[in-house]
Order: sequence, then C-alpha cells, then structure tokens
Amino acid sequence: MKKLKFSWSNAYLFLIFALLYTPIIYLIYYSFNQAGTMNEFTGFTTEHYGALANDTRLIRIALDTFRVALLSSLIATIIGTLGAIGIFFVKQRKTQVSLLGLNNVLLVSPDVIIGASFLLLFTMAGFRLGFYSVLFSHIAFSIPIVVLMVLPKLQEMNLNMITAAKDLGANNWQVLKSVIIPSITPGILAGYFMAFTYSIDDFAVTFFVTGNGFATLSVEIYSRARQGISLEINALSTILFILALGLVSGYYFIQQQQRNRKRKLTNIDPTNHQKAVSP
Amino acid sequence: MTSKQNRVLFFPYFIWIGLFVLIPIGLLVYQSFIGIDGAFTFDNILTYFTSATYLIMTLQSFIYAFIITLITFCISYPTAYFLTQTKRKDLWMLLLILPTWINVLLKAYAFIGLLSQDGSINGFFDWIGIGRQQLLFTNASFLLVATYIEIPFMLLPIYNAIEEIDSTLLHASRDLGASSWDTFKTVVFPLSLSGVRSGIQVVFIPSLSLFMLTRLIGGNRVVTLGTAIEQHFLVTQNWGMGSTIGIVLILLMIIIMLLTSGRKKEARKQ
Repeated sequence: MKKLKFSWSNAYLFLIFALLYTPIIYLIYYSFNQAGTMNEFTGFTTEHYGALANDTRLIRIALDTFRVALLSSLIATIIGTLGAIGIFFVKQRKTQVSLLGLNNVLLVSPDVIIGASFLLLFTMAGFRLGFYSVLFSHIAFSIPIVVLMVLPKLQEMNLNMITAAKDLGANNWQVLKSVIIPSITPGILAGYFMAFTYSIDDFAVTFFVTGNGFATLSVEIYSRARQGISLEINALSTILFILALGLVSGYYFIQQQQRNRKRKLTNIDPTNHQKAVSP
Repeated sequence: MTSKQNRVLFFPYFIWIGLFVLIPIGLLVYQSFIGIDGAFTFDNILTYFTSATYLIMTLQSFIYAFIITLITFCISYPTAYFLTQTKRKDLWMLLLILPTWINVLLKAYAFIGLLSQDGSINGFFDWIGIGRQQLLFTNASFLLVATYIEIPFMLLPIYNAIEEIDSTLLHASRDLGASSWDTFKTVVFPLSLSGVRSGIQVVFIPSLSLFMLTRLIGGNRVVTLGTAIEQHFLVTQNWGMGSTIGIVLILLMIIIMLLTSGRKKEARKQ
C-alpha cells in the first residue's frame, strides 16, 4: 500500500466531493430524527419511514411514477431502437443528418419548452390531461435518448455479418432478429436504463402536462416542499437514493460488459435533464 | 435491408417526429400569434419587445444564467483537471456525478432545510458569531443551489476533453522545457476548450429556464425566462405571451449553440 500523500489538488477534490454530498447526507441523516425538523437531531427513530409506509397517497403516487417509468421507457426503447436502425440504414447522407437533427431537437430544448409545447399539443387535440398525457410525454422525450444510446452500437456493428447472413439465405426479418438486435443489445439496455431514470426524475415536463388528478413523485415532492419541511420526504429521499445507487450500479454493470471492446464511451446528456453518464 | 422493411420499422419513429417534435414547435409559433381573447394578433411580440418589464426580465435571466455558468466553470475546471491527475479517476468521476442521479427536487428540498432560518448553516453562523441571516429566498441562495445542481454537468465534458488529450503532447512540451504551468497554459487549456464549450452549452441553456428553483429557493424574487413561461401557461393562462417568451428562449438557445459550437467538429465523437 502506498501512503496517501497530502496534496492541494487532492484536498480540493475532496472539498468538492464533500460539497456535492453534503445536502444528500443531510437529508438522509435527518430522516432518522425524532424531532421532526431538519435542525436539531434529538434522537434516532424510524417513525418517518413508518409514516411513509402508511401514507397511501404517496405510495399510490410512487407506484404511478414507476408505472409511467416502466411503460414509457419500454415503449420508447422499442420505437427508439427501430428508429435508430432506420436512421442507420438511410442511404442518403443528407437525409440521415437531418433526421438526426430532428432527433436531437427534444434533447437540447429546455424542459419548460417541451412541457409548454406538449401542453399546447394535448389541449389543442382535446386530450385529457392525466396518466396518458404524462405517459405519452415521457415516451416522447425518452425516444431521442434511446436513439443516442443505440446508434453508436450500430456503427460498431460489423456490416459483413449482414451480408453473410443474407448470402446464407436469411430474410430481412431474420437479419434483424438474429444479427442486428443481438449486436446492439448493450445499447438497447443502456437506452432503457437511461429512459427509465429520466422518466423517474422528470419534473418540468410532467408538471405541465399532469393536470389535476394525477401526480408523479417529483410533482408531489414539489408541492410538499412548498409547504415546508416534512421528514417523510427525507425518508423518501433515503429510499430513492438507495434506488439510484442500484440503478447506477446496474448501468455501470452494463457499461463494464461493453468495456471488453476497448471503446471508451463517455456520454453527456445534452439536455441536462437530470443526470450524467461517465465512462 | 430493403427500404420497404425499413419503412415499416421506421413508421412509429416518424409518427413520433411529426407528433412530438414538429407539431409542438409549430403550435408554439402559432400560439405566439394568438392574443388572450383568442384572435390572431401581433400584440404578444409587440408587447414583449416594447415592454420594459419583459426586456429587463430577459436581461436578468441572461445575467443569472451567465453568473451560474461562470461560477460553475470556475469550480469545475480545476476539479476536472485534478481528477485527470489522480489514480482511480474513473471511480472519482463516478462518485462526483452520482449526485446527478438524485432527483433534483430532493436536492432543492435539502437546501430548504440547510438554508432555513433555523437551519444548519444559520446555526453555524450563529456559533461563529455572525448571527442568523436571511439565507433562503435570496438571490444568492438561488445562485448557490443552481450552481450546485449544474456542477457535474460542466465537470463531465471538461473532464472528457482533458482525458482525450494525447499524452505525448504533454511529454513533448515538457521535453522542450516548458514548466508545468506553461504546459497547462499552452497545451492543456487550448485543447480542452471543446469540453468547455459543451459544458457552457449544457449549463447555460437550462439555467435560463430553471423555474422550480426560483420558486422553492429564490422565493419568486428571481424571475427567469422559464419562470415567466410557467407563470403564463399555468397561472395567468396567457398562453400567447407564454409561447412568445418560449420562442425567445428557443432563439436564445440557438444563438448560444451557434456561439459555442466552434469550428472544430471532431470534438464530438460520432
């Protein structure tokens, strides 16, 4: 073992690290506070977790959030993957570039614009705001993320395999099923994960299209936070933090598997919706 | 692949582009020409460009976004640089961007607790003798929390850009007698500018449109373009004006992207 040498750069890194984690640790720490505030720690308790477990409204909202996330990311993954394959096989370079441009519109638009324009869309179409408007919006903003994750895998794919498969008599469907899809599976999984977490964390877009009867966790946390401190939210954030850890580990597990091919995928999501992905 | 099969696979994706990319933008443009009474009018645009309130709001929003981007950059660049020097940088990087995976509302909520009148920071101020201050619902608290949230997004592209620098260039620079500061100034920094540009892009544009933080942390003192849009759409129901501001935001976004895209295309891998 090498001894850790003190250096200013390490001290600086550590400071930034501490700053980034302080609010999170703070939330988790006070979720066990007996006093019911985030000011003074008077004693250890798990009563806020108990309150959380008995809060049927919050549990229903949490389940709704997961329902939206699971469904929207699944549908977005299907449409996005097919879209990515389609874009990849477009012959004309110009068409391909403009398709990618259109694909990225929702990625670079600020959340507020996406939310407002979807609200316009649903209202003009006479669509009732609620579960389905939220679901469709989430599908819509997840599709370009999936495309972005799948396209690099298509570009890495060995095109000779398709030619070989065709020479051996495979029809288009078989080529898709047994050559293309298997070679881009890591990208599809990564896309699904990203879409899922985007959906879970989205606030701004959901806030616009959610209407009155339906809420997701983000919207609910927002309205509760406006009313002040409630340690139930702290308890909830502990649980969500553990969940996020799990998701990140899952995501990195997938990335690690892909790492075999020395390619170093470093991706930033241009939307800055919520999260970033590192190598 | 025959184009026939391609077309079938493509179909849902095209529906998506039409329904959720093209039509919404069209609707936003259309709506900006509709007055509050529902009739076609140029009033929204005229009002926007002649009213001092709107112009000052836009300018303020711009200044806030600029300050947020600047502070974020000043904190993130050294972090990214030092990170590339450390062993196990992947692990460090993972740890530093993990907070972005936590719901942004929960982080804002944490700051409500930290900054409140009886919160921990005020407790600390009290202890060192400054006394309790009004921290929450000030411009400074808005800047603080916005910066906190944006740091990882600035950090990542800069880190990637520095990582991609060919290490032989650094050796060459040292061999030719440059000090480490010279090397940094003439080799590392210019080569990392592509990362800085994308960092600015991903921080500046969202900073213009933050609307949840202005309410929770800024206490409605700070009005960004995002807040204005949200207010017009969801509170005053003046969708025409909201759309007009939305169009302004989109135009600003395009300008920033053009300014930061640079000539070098190879900065973006694939």
